[in-house]
Amino acid sequence: MIEAHGLVKRYGSTMAVNDLSFSIRPGMVTGFLGPNGAGKTTTMRMILCLDAPTQGSVTVAGRSYRDLPAPMREVGALLDATALHGGRRAYDHLLCLARSNGIPRSRVDEVLRIVGLESVARRRAKGLSLGMGQRLGIASALLGDPAVLIFDEPVNGLDPDGIHWVRTLLRGLAAEGRTVLVSSHLMSEMALTADHLLVIGKGRLIADTSVDEFVRSSSRQSVHVRSPQAAELAARCRDAGATAQAGTGPDVIEITGMDSAEVGRLAAAHGIVLFELIPVRASLEEAFMELTRDSVEYQAAGVTR
Amino acid sequence: MTDAVIARTGPDHRAAFRAATFGDVLRSEWVKLRSVRSTFWALTVTVVLGIGLGAVISAAAAHGYAKMSVSGKLSWDPTGVSQAGVAIASLAIAVLGVLCISSEYSSGMIRTSLIAVPKRGRVLAAKSLVFAGVTFVVGEVTCFAAFLLGQALISGHAPHAALGDPGVVRAVAGGGLYLTALAVLSVAAGALLRHPAAAIASMIAVLLVLPGIAQALPDSWRNPVTEFWPTQAGSQLTNVHHAAHTLQPWPGFGVMCLFVAIVYAIAWTLLNRRDA
Repeated sequence: MIEAHGLVKRYGSTMAVNDLSFSIRPGMVTGFLGPNGAGKTTTMRMILCLDAPTQGSVTVAGRSYRDLPAPMREVGALLDATALHGGRRAYDHLLCLARSNGIPRSRVDEVLRIVGLESVARRRAKGLSLGMGQRLGIASALLGDPAVLIFDEPVNGLDPDGIHWVRTLLRGLAAEGRTVLVSSHLMSEMALTADHLLVIGKGRLIADTSVDEFVRSSSRQSVHVRSPQAAELAARCRDAGATAQAGTGPDVIEITGMDSAEVGRLAAAHGIVLFELIPVRASLEEAFMELTRDSVEYQAAGVTR
Repeated sequence: MTDAVIARTGPDHRAAFRAATFGDVLRSEWVKLRSVRSTFWALTVTVVLGIGLGAVISAAAAHGYAKMSVSGKLSWDPTGVSQAGVAIASLAIAVLGVLCISSEYSSGMIRTSLIAVPKRGRVLAAKSLVFAGVTFVVGEVTCFAAFLLGQALISGHAPHAALGDPGVVRAVAGGGLYLTALAVLSVAAGALLRHPAAAIASMIAVLLVLPGIAQALPDSWRNPVTEFWPTQAGSQLTNVHHAAHTLQPWPGFGVMCLFVAIVYAIAWTLLNRRDA
């Protein structure tokens, strides 16, 4: 359980995080979503007491992270897999972290086995590939067998096999009843991994909902209709308060503001023949872009020549 | 790839765990120090320079003794001659001390360390203590070895010193203590400045450059500066004979320790206050 109350982080005149309140529950994967520069990493750094909030507070298991008696036993975190001494062997990297929290040496071998790095344990960290480095970071988060896990962009730089592995791991951790917070700017990835979403843009909370609800609430939900009487149906829909736009073909229209059942009933009531009646659900990607359109930090300017 | 079971038990049934202690952090810092190659090389340089350079200078000085002026013979200090390498060895200790924390900043490891141990003061304290302990052992071994080897090379050519002579044990053991205080100072400087290059440059300035500049000052300024400059005051502990315009051995070392404590306190305060 992670709880934030009115978190604010200001760097000079920049508001990195602006009045963020949320509570992250156990037993599910919570996706922390936002465009680059939205404040995801800053928020995670504040959870872990790397950065002090300008205002507000955040607790893990009811306490400030700094006050946890054995932090790694309660929270496992991976912010940046490259944040290690390149000259140290993978095994020693994990051992020094384990020692700091009184975790037995046998657990180091155990997490190396879990992430599949046993064969490169004696290699120096700078000799590991990007994917291996990411696995080593995940291994360090798992050392304390913690009830809360925090991962910042864990699939960055991984190949499809690695991405699948991380996804399975995260879902497995949540299924064991743990609290799992994972940030990403990849919507498609979150659709497959997360149960719940926390969406932020420009440091503000935009949405705190389940993945399903997030997509459902998107304004891009529409009904695709093909009918020989498309023009008549469009007029009836407009009368009923919905919007109807010409679709991709001459007899195709896209209706928003009505669900497919309502459109079907309306057509039946007026004797309109329907060839196709398809509810079109915006993809998570589209829903996300819709939601964060006004809060993208670095908007690409239109190319003008 | 195996989708292995994460833990033998779910989080609700996990075995009770004890709170992390300062001793755990000490053990962690010991693993860190012994698991990077720079430690091995810096300590090797310390021992080789400390003993080897001392031996070379002892042999050369002893052979020149016969041709020395009367005043040269009067100020002949066989202990000091045999310890001549320690001043250079101190640079290796200063560099390693700075690196053992500033390299964590340059690599990003410090964030991993502070997530593992969010009570930040413990990280600085454990790092300083472990490195000071290692330096003390290496420093004492180096100083005594340099003394014994140096005196063996001097004897027969010039008057030599013995550990039983007044002030000699204090001076030789003082070399190890001086290096130990320097070790704590360089860890604190590394934590304070965070950039390896800046911190190493500062330590060299404190050890060599600023005392050198002080020599160019007029006497009225130079004497108090050389008397109280922390590293020069501290090095009085390593001298058998007391020179003019210097502090007595233990008060001098006290001045150095006070300076180390002040720098450490600033580093500790900033470590806790700054975003990592």
